[in-house]
Amino acid sequence: MGQVAASGTLDRRAVVKALLADRKDLLVVTGLGSASYDVMAAGDHDRNYYLWAAMGSAAMVGLGLASAQPRKPVLVLTGDGEMLMGLGSLATIALRKPTNLTIAVLDNGHFGETGMQASHAGRGIALERVAEACGFSWSGAVEDMAGVGALRKRIEDRGGLAFAAIKITAENPPRVLPPRDGVYVKNRFRAALGHAPI
Amino acid sequence: MRASQGSRADAWQHDVYRVLKDAGVKHIVYVPDAGHSVAIRMAESDPGVQSVVLTTEEEDIGYLAGAWLGGERGALLMQSSGVGNCINTLALAACARFPLLMVVTMRGDWAEFNGWQNPMGQATEPALRLMGVMTWRADDPEDVAPLLHGAASMAFNGDAACALLLGQRLIGEKKWVK
Repeated sequence: MGQVAASGTLDRRAVVKALLADRKDLLVVTGLGSASYDVMAAGDHDRNYYLWAAMGSAAMVGLGLASAQPRKPVLVLTGDGEMLMGLGSLATIALRKPTNLTIAVLDNGHFGETGMQASHAGRGIALERVAEACGFSWSGAVEDMAGVGALRKRIEDRGGLAFAAIKITAENPPRVLPPRDGVYVKNRFRAALGHAPI
Repeated sequence: MRASQGSRADAWQHDVYRVLKDAGVKHIVYVPDAGHSVAIRMAESDPGVQSVVLTTEEEDIGYLAGAWLGGERGALLMQSSGVGNCINTLALAACARFPLLMVVTMRGDWAEFNGWQNPMGQATEPALRLMGVMTWRADDPEDVAPLLHGAASMAFNGDAACALLLGQRLIGEKKWVK
């Protein structure tokens, strides 16, 4: 009661645009809500998979994809609320340690989609320390655009399982809605990797 | 190898793994259960399979969706109590029509000592069906291989969610007091 929830200073759209510009063979999975809108705002792409449900699952979709496509970098972009719902998956992922997987949480310390209530992350739970405790090869907070640039390099290099809590401002930019047809997005993504529909 | 009278009591457990391999499964994700112990051990020692232990069952739906996006097949091994943990997440399989193959060992189903297992055990099959998962059940060792083959076939040929329930009569009565 009365406490001020922490959030960062980075602009979420600028962060995501910088991570995805000239992305080469990057595969992207987005958690439902604002992270999906940010990725769509940066430009729709055949190698994006947008979740519209299954809250808490984004990191695990990333693990499955990274395990099946070990030579391509995989980036999960999600929010702190979505990550909190799948916190156990950080333990599961850390045991597997795919070197091509990065989980980047757009962390504003709030449940932005539902009225900007303070989240656990905004009330003192440092997600990057959870990932670190689980054994991620690299885990840290990203608080400026130089850090975003370094993270992008880390993603491209596929140098080890990474987790980033990117400290963004708590605001909701205009929604840019990705396609909601899950079958279409699935088949488009698979086709981009050379897999035919059934 | 077919399970038949006079064969090892856990022959059907070997059938589970053989049928999954024959179906082209490259990923086995699981939350442990004694009824799956043979398949889990075989998966963990199989260099041709990525075996992934989960903290909770709903993790599997995202994992297997991701593996399929990347072009590979997988299957989930879990106990019936874990079906309850999956319910909301099953929307992913339903809305994107990901193939989803689940092998579920039953509790609260027959000769259950721990009544706390009964509510979820009794709700397992209807709950799966409510969420659009097709179900089959095996109580006889001879049914395990053909029913799992059928479920795998319909999952991967039909982009469908399919579950084989392994009944408590098949698994055997759990001895609580030895």
